[in-house]
Amino acid sequence: MATLAAAPPYTESHTEPSNTGIMSWLTTVDHKRIGVLYLVSSLFFFVFGGLEAGLLRAQLATPNGNILSAEMYNQMFTMHGTTMIFLAVMPLSAAFFNLLIPLQIGARDVAFPRLNAFSYWVFLLGALFITFPIFFQIAPDGGWFGYAPLSTKAYSPQINMDFWVLGLQILGISSLAAAFNFITTIINMRAPGMTLMRMPVFTWMSFVVQFLVALAFPVITVALVFLQFDRFFGTNFYTVAKGADPLLWQHLFWVFGHPEVYILILPAFGLVSEVLPTFSRKPLFGYPVMVYSGILIGFLGFGVWAHHMFSVGMGAIADAVFSLTTMLIAVPTGVKIFNWIATMWGGQIRFTVAMKFAIGLVAMFTIGGISGVMHSSPPADLQQTDTYFVVAHFHYVLVGGSMFGLFSGLYYYFPKFTGRMMSEKLGNWHFWVFLIGMNLTFFPMHYSGLLGMPRRIYQYDSGQGLDLFNMLSSIGYVIQAIGVLFGAINFVMSWRNGARASSNPWGAPTLEWTTPSPPPEYNFAEIPQVKSRYPLWNMKGGDTLVHETTWEEEKNIHIPTTKELGIVMPNPSIWPLLCAAGIIVMFSGLMFLESSAIVGIGIMLAGTVWWVGSLYKWLLTPLEDHH
Amino acid sequence: MTATTTPQAAAHGDGHAPGGGGHYTTLGLDNRKVAIWTFIGSECMLFASLISTYLIYKGRSPEGPYPAEAWTNPATGETFPAILNIPVTSASTFVLLMSSLAMVLALAAVQNRNVPKHTTSERILGSSKLWLWTTCLLGIGFLAFQAYEFTSFIHEGLTIRTNLFGSSFFTLTGFHGAHVTAGVIWLFTLLAIDYKRGLGPQDATIVDICALYWHFVDVVWIAIFTLVYLIK
Repeated sequence: MATLAAAPPYTESHTEPSNTGIMSWLTTVDHKRIGVLYLVSSLFFFVFGGLEAGLLRAQLATPNGNILSAEMYNQMFTMHGTTMIFLAVMPLSAAFFNLLIPLQIGARDVAFPRLNAFSYWVFLLGALFITFPIFFQIAPDGGWFGYAPLSTKAYSPQINMDFWVLGLQILGISSLAAAFNFITTIINMRAPGMTLMRMPVFTWMSFVVQFLVALAFPVITVALVFLQFDRFFGTNFYTVAKGADPLLWQHLFWVFGHPEVYILILPAFGLVSEVLPTFSRKPLFGYPVMVYSGILIGFLGFGVWAHHMFSVGMGAIADAVFSLTTMLIAVPTGVKIFNWIATMWGGQIRFTVAMKFAIGLVAMFTIGGISGVMHSSPPADLQQTDTYFVVAHFHYVLVGGSMFGLFSGLYYYFPKFTGRMMSEKLGNWHFWVFLIGMNLTFFPMHYSGLLGMPRRIYQYDSGQGLDLFNMLSSIGYVIQAIGVLFGAINFVMSWRNGARASSNPWGAPTLEWTTPSPPPEYNFAEIPQVKSRYPLWNMKGGDTLVHETTWEEEKNIHIPTTKELGIVMPNPSIWPLLCAAGIIVMFSGLMFLESSAIVGIGIMLAGTVWWVGSLYKWLLTPLEDHH
Repeated sequence: MTATTTPQAAAHGDGHAPGGGGHYTTLGLDNRKVAIWTFIGSECMLFASLISTYLIYKGRSPEGPYPAEAWTNPATGETFPAILNIPVTSASTFVLLMSSLAMVLALAAVQNRNVPKHTTSERILGSSKLWLWTTCLLGIGFLAFQAYEFTSFIHEGLTIRTNLFGSSFFTLTGFHGAHVTAGVIWLFTLLAIDYKRGLGPQDATIVDICALYWHFVDVVWIAIFTLVYLIK
């Protein structure tokens, strides 16, 4: 395990940064601590988005519910979608990118540690920017997809959609910066011997996701710039009377929006591909095919966007092409499902909570995947589009897929990053209650949808056969919430006083499990030489495959400090945070333009000077002490 | 256990700590160079979206002024000439392309800082300050052309609010202009470093990534010039 490296002592020794106190968190550039920040923030927003869903379900539990006004209902479903996609699932995936990628490829940190901190702070401040208005009942109300012209000034004259346009623009900066960082990290920071085809599948799927982010986010950036210009400067990109194409937004948005779907699901696929082999005691079945199918999903993901638009009447040829590509994408996805099943086949399966969530993904995602294939047929889609059938579909893939995968990863990797095990008992309650609640919420939506219940309506009349299904969905929500509560209690209690975890409590095969739990700041005392896909498993036939470590056998091993090893790590820096704050100020200046041009321009200029100044300060400060 | 010490790690003392500069990397390339290529890849999608929108909206505007033909307002009888002025923009395109040449020479001068120079022409070619200044000034020249172009279009009656052509044209070229401006600021920063301590071969990477960005912005302009100005 962590042996002392024979590194020469450096003349100018690095000072060990303090690991406690608020300043250490504001200035940290350590990928693991940034990962923890992402984890805690995204779980908070997951609960927040869940509460928003609770209000929606309370309103719809009975016909003609009047808990929310129509206006507040619009704000609530817009923010539920926006929160869950951009503030919960994406940053939860980002938490795992941060926690795992450097450890899985045998690196000491990401390629650009301060850029990494910057990504987090832009995300957090942007998330607060877009979330805060709901407390003043001025939250975005045009749907998470913000269809223009509906979202233009003519039809959404209030300030609500301004928060959405600018908030998404800000969050895009965070995702793009992270994508450049992780692509570089994975390409260029792999330990010797860590060839691409030896990388853990989670890192592979993350790699694909970063390319999707890098290529899809600029497109929504442009769509948002047009909307921003239309709203703030009076341009005509979405003004149909001036000859604008009402479908421009839809095309640009879904060219981003469909890859975004894979941005949300591939990290979960990656996590499950780590969990299933470990708890089946078998290497992943068909590793190369898993990698290629992930790449193929990412590639095809750019060619299916218009299946979100069958109902606008694009014509037979476009409908046929996009229908075909959509059906095609089910092939690599199906390959993954079968490979996971084949991984478990004949294995020595241990049903830990992580494993249950992973198997849950395989089952639940399949349900969502099959209803997805149903939508790929334009005639069927015309019946289903904008009904609760679609809501059922994408909640099966996002909750049953993404969230199950991410929960699986949470239970699996929790010991690595906290040094403590999560409670299996509470975890089982979390899993089973959540599984039942999730199915009770979303399965009836298939029926209410096929009966014609439209999405995004705040009331429905009795006597249409919808009452029972909606009541079931709302009861299901309560059960889901109880499941999440079990998870939350488990998370907090285990972090405080769970059983101590060893370096490799699950007997897992990949590199991150060679480090102590939690890993020291430098990750690896020596950079490992990688010789196989499963460095910790003895793959020779006849020998014991797995060596599980225990806390007892490890508790007396001294983990050397950075100083003792003479490793130079990046210094903490406050500039990424300040730079991020300046960007938020610059964007928020736009909101004042209408009331006073001087104030608006003043704030924008001040914000620009602020972030550019911070950026210069950041770039002119060396990353690490001279050595 | 298959994890053992690596020859590379031993040779570098601490293997590859983050940061890239001078550290071991998988490809042997500096991290910043890999990152700028990913950034450029992403920027391609940004400009692709902007250019596509311009092309989709071409000819869709019910009212002028128009890029390539004159237009008479049926309500007022006022006539607007064709907006785009190809000779002027050809000149500004030439200026921008020449700046790329100067950028290449600036990078070569930084890389060859320590090579002894004997003749005057070698000294001129080897002056990083001269070529960085040239790149900067040509970049500013292009921006000046753009400022002239924008103001004259506004005088002729085309603003960003007038019609679809105005909105998509000013947004596309404005975004490109903003990229050139960022590049000029970047170049001035390099110049400041050059004056402060001299840019040498050890700084080749930071000049190189700026050069890659600068050439990318030029290449984008070639696409814009061809698709927006030259193709009728």
